[in-house]
Amino acid sequence: MKLSTLTALAVTTALVAPAAIAEEMTIVSWGGAYTKSQKNAYHDPYSEKSGITIINDDSSAEAVAKLRAMNEAGNVTWDVVDVVAADAIRLCDEGLAMEINPDEHLAPAPDGTSAADDFGDLIVSDCFIPQIVYSTTFGYRTDLVGDTPPTSVCAVFDTEAYPGKRSLEKRSINNMEWALLCDGVAKEDVYDVLETEEGQNQALAKLDTIKDDVIWWSAGADTPQLLADGEVVMGSTYNGRLFSVIEEQNQPVAMLWDAQVFDLDGWIIPAGLSDERKQRALDYIYFATDTQRLADQAKWISYGPARASSAPLVGQHADLGIDMAPHMPTDPNNAKNTFLYNYEFWADYRDDIEAKFQAWLAK
Amino acid sequence: MTDATNNGGPVLAADGTPLKKSLAKALRLQKMRALGLIAPLLIFVMVSFIIPIGSMLFRSVENGLVSETLPLTVAELQQWNGDSSEPPGEEVFSAFVADMVVAIEAKNHTRLGTRLNYEKTGMSSLFRKSGRKIKNLDPAVDGPFKEKLIDIDKRWGDVETWRTIKTHSVGITNGYFLNAVDMRRTPEGAQSQPEDKQILITLFKRTLIMSLAITASCILLGYPVAWILANLPARTANILMILVLLPFWTSLLVRTSAWKVMLQQQGVINEVLVWLGMVPDDARLVMINNQFGTIVAMTHILLPFMILPMYSVMQTIQPTYLRAAKSMGATNWTAFWRVYFPLSVPGIGAGSILVFILSIGYYITPEIVGGTKGVFISNRIAYHISSSLNWGLAAALGAILLAVVLVLYWAYDKIVGIDNVKLG
Amino acid sequence: MAALTPISRKPLSLVLPTVAAAGGLLGLFVGTANGSGFMGIVIGAALIAAMAFVFITILKNEQVSKWISIVLFAAGGFFFAGIPAMILGLVFGWLFHWFIYWLYEGRYRAKVLPYLTPGQVLWHYGFRVICGAIFVFLITPILVVMPLSFNSQDFFTFTPEMLQFKAEGYSLKHYKDFFSNNEWQRSFKNSLLIAPIATIISVSLGTLAAIGLSQSHVPGRRAIMAIMISPMIVPLIISATGMFFFYSDIGNWLEGTLGLPKNFVGYVKVILAHSVLGIPFVIITVTATLVGFDQSLTRAAANMGADPVRTFFKIQMPLILPGVISGGLFAFITSFDEVVVVLFVGSASQKTLPWQMFTGLREQISPTILAVATILVGISICLLATVELLRRRSERLRGMSPT
Repeated sequence: MKLSTLTALAVTTALVAPAAIAEEMTIVSWGGAYTKSQKNAYHDPYSEKSGITIINDDSSAEAVAKLRAMNEAGNVTWDVVDVVAADAIRLCDEGLAMEINPDEHLAPAPDGTSAADDFGDLIVSDCFIPQIVYSTTFGYRTDLVGDTPPTSVCAVFDTEAYPGKRSLEKRSINNMEWALLCDGVAKEDVYDVLETEEGQNQALAKLDTIKDDVIWWSAGADTPQLLADGEVVMGSTYNGRLFSVIEEQNQPVAMLWDAQVFDLDGWIIPAGLSDERKQRALDYIYFATDTQRLADQAKWISYGPARASSAPLVGQHADLGIDMAPHMPTDPNNAKNTFLYNYEFWADYRDDIEAKFQAWLAK
Repeated sequence: MTDATNNGGPVLAADGTPLKKSLAKALRLQKMRALGLIAPLLIFVMVSFIIPIGSMLFRSVENGLVSETLPLTVAELQQWNGDSSEPPGEEVFSAFVADMVVAIEAKNHTRLGTRLNYEKTGMSSLFRKSGRKIKNLDPAVDGPFKEKLIDIDKRWGDVETWRTIKTHSVGITNGYFLNAVDMRRTPEGAQSQPEDKQILITLFKRTLIMSLAITASCILLGYPVAWILANLPARTANILMILVLLPFWTSLLVRTSAWKVMLQQQGVINEVLVWLGMVPDDARLVMINNQFGTIVAMTHILLPFMILPMYSVMQTIQPTYLRAAKSMGATNWTAFWRVYFPLSVPGIGAGSILVFILSIGYYITPEIVGGTKGVFISNRIAYHISSSLNWGLAAALGAILLAVVLVLYWAYDKIVGIDNVKLG
Repeated sequence: MAALTPISRKPLSLVLPTVAAAGGLLGLFVGTANGSGFMGIVIGAALIAAMAFVFITILKNEQVSKWISIVLFAAGGFFFAGIPAMILGLVFGWLFHWFIYWLYEGRYRAKVLPYLTPGQVLWHYGFRVICGAIFVFLITPILVVMPLSFNSQDFFTFTPEMLQFKAEGYSLKHYKDFFSNNEWQRSFKNSLLIAPIATIISVSLGTLAAIGLSQSHVPGRRAIMAIMISPMIVPLIISATGMFFFYSDIGNWLEGTLGLPKNFVGYVKVILAHSVLGIPFVIITVTATLVGFDQSLTRAAANMGADPVRTFFKIQMPLILPGVISGGLFAFITSFDEVVVVLFVGSASQKTLPWQMFTGLREQISPTILAVATILVGISICLLATVELLRRRSERLRGMSPT
């Protein structure tokens, strides 16, 4: 047995040894179609330019916990990490991500506008380098909603007009806001109301009216599957998933852009990298977030580039050949009624409201 | 022996040493050899598992962050009476600014804010926002600070803010454990959480009850199968064994997804029932995203863990025992209940322990098929580890879960005896 | 035992009501599907009873009546619900014919003990039906997802095309994806590398320790046992985070001090972590086998001059092998199906199959994971069948009668 262990280890060494020699960096992302779009738009051109091999690690869902563990253990093996903005804020607060100076570390727009202005308000944290604007919005089955397809997000709460199950994310964020919007709270007051105990109860009471009709999802792929099955009439998910269901998979599903919640996804560089690795990570970031690259990503996935200067450059889908601009959440036709996620609010209230929300769910 | 005592002198072994000594030596040698065999694994498990897990669980009481980040403030706060309705005086504020300037330099103040935000909502932004302004203050010259801080953010004038800091400034805290049982640490001692945040006790209870239900249904379904496998001719039994092993070999994720495909409202079972007319199309059965779905899927996933140990125990029970009992006039039932069943108990025991312990710790399957009423405490642990980063609470929950399992394990050892367990 | 019981034909008064009841049951399903359950029962019962009567008293030819029955049911099925029902009809036609003759000829008595009362015979078969139902419960979910792996869509959904057995509803694209996609191939190879090595480590260390534990006079036996099975008890997510710290220290040391390549160290970390998780299963199974082990055998061997190592391999090992194998099986599955710990301890180049499946499920539901499962099921059926054939062959070679 000892001998076979040794042989096996020897075999392992033979298998893995050559790979370690090349210069490489590990980029962490979500996996699936999203990583594929990044690979096509950023990784491949960058590898070609610099000769650095890029390893994709599909661990973004565990990124916050794993980065903290790596940081405490003093062994950060990731070079660049793709996270949503809320996680970036948390990582920055915990000192797990490096602070970025946009004007120094990011490329200016082609017309000379500084990166800070080009990204504008989207730089929601000192550590966060925005990459895409996505939105969480609703899709509905065109064949299950009758003759009057829903036009307002409040259709979700209207089980009389649209009977059947709906799918919502198994967390408080977004759902609480939609509940208040449909309970008569004005858009600009939502977060003020949600700050108060009564406001939170009001939102939960509104959600309570449809609680029996909700299937709660926790992975982004759930709602597309539920819609394809006809298991739900409508459901919230990321707009890119819905694009894939509608355009790539040809399912009888349509988008309900009303009250879509804008959110951001982007890069952070972990704190505590060696100087050499930090330089490499910054070099990659500088390359991957310039105006043209951000616009390129939209060829493979329907998320809007985070730079203002990229928007006009968005072209056609690489395989389907359709114009991507009308499928961007930021397109004026889609963005008639949008809702902006309040990062500051959720950084404060997430622990509290989430606990109440989970207790409400379990009741 | 009697001869030896009669002779008066000690009994000698062949080599001339006293037998007692020689026996003791042999025993010692045997012990050493046994320990020598155990040692490699014991050390391996101790070093690579027990110690890391122990230090992970220690986070449930460890609370150095507040006193390390704000040492001067914490010392000054000792003087302040937390019951008063007045915020602390200037000395606390100036100590606080001194601490914060150091902490901001080290970028520790936001970590502290996140930590305190678990206890009081709003602390996170208070520390982050105020940090940007406090950074520009010089603790040596810019005082007095009380007014300035309250100007920066009026919450610094709030007694509650300081109470929270004071309450959670101890190095070793019971706060996480209190949170884990739906209570909280307050200046007035332990109090229960507001009702709309109480969830964890419910989840603990639910986890235990559902794990028991899963174990029970595994026994119910596993026993006949194990019996028939053990009593059929080997050829047939081996082929049927493939049916037990196949699900066992199939990935947990695949089996969970399969149950989703089976149980959902547009799923296979409902479609078949509707096709047969057993169920009207507009009243399809709800079998998933509830406790039923979790129990069915988990029973399926864990059933082989019940069948295999039962089978190996039942294989050793001679069929002649039953025939003997029957030939002496026992009815079928008596023969089974008084003879066969007691002999098969070790198999049930081993299977139940495996299934129960495994199901208590599962979280992927309940997450996928459990909906809102079918999730376990492990789902909350996973949430606090990977999303909220409240590792202290996660560790406290884990420690409680571990303690529950150990108590049950101990009780099982007392009642059935752990040596009386066969697994293969 | 098998051929001892004489069988005799049963009277029509037993056969007709029983088959009529069975026919009624089928009729209930067909009837409710077509509007009236009650009519279904009546027609089904009458139809089957009439069939049995004709077969037994008029035709008296088993072969001919078999084909009549099958064709009749298939035609009926096709009439009611097209091709899928026709296939069901074929099966049911054969089944009812078999059932009629099984009862009429008294074949059901052939395999049970001659002295059993009718009630006991009924229980005998009733019990088998219950067990059959449990086996169906075990295997159906796996059978159900297999056709989905040939889905031409990217969802876990039975499309109308699939249900009508149209060719365009099916495709091999998910298999093509598995074989052509680097991520899947790499994770499959990783799993095949990590799981066996982790199993070997936990089995060898675990067996040694179990032998040590099974000897008398081990101080602190209970405590040691509790420590060794603890990896099974601690919730996985806690183990995963806890172990992360340990293994990243070990990793630093191996890379920094010993200068080993990063990838190799990555594998070592995952393998060690998985072998710890497998240990409780080995310990429990092997100690259980050793409880019944007769220690005088080892003494006898030692008496005859065998050294401990030889005694172990020649005497103990063959006797406890079943326990070791089943412990190894559990350990292998633990590693091969483990997703939480590898997410934390592993890095991208150690991505295992479950990890890849997990990402697949979360990020884009794709039937590729079902294709992988189908392939694995195929492989394991082949392996298990080979083992069984080998066992039968060696049985035959040794001249034992099949048991």
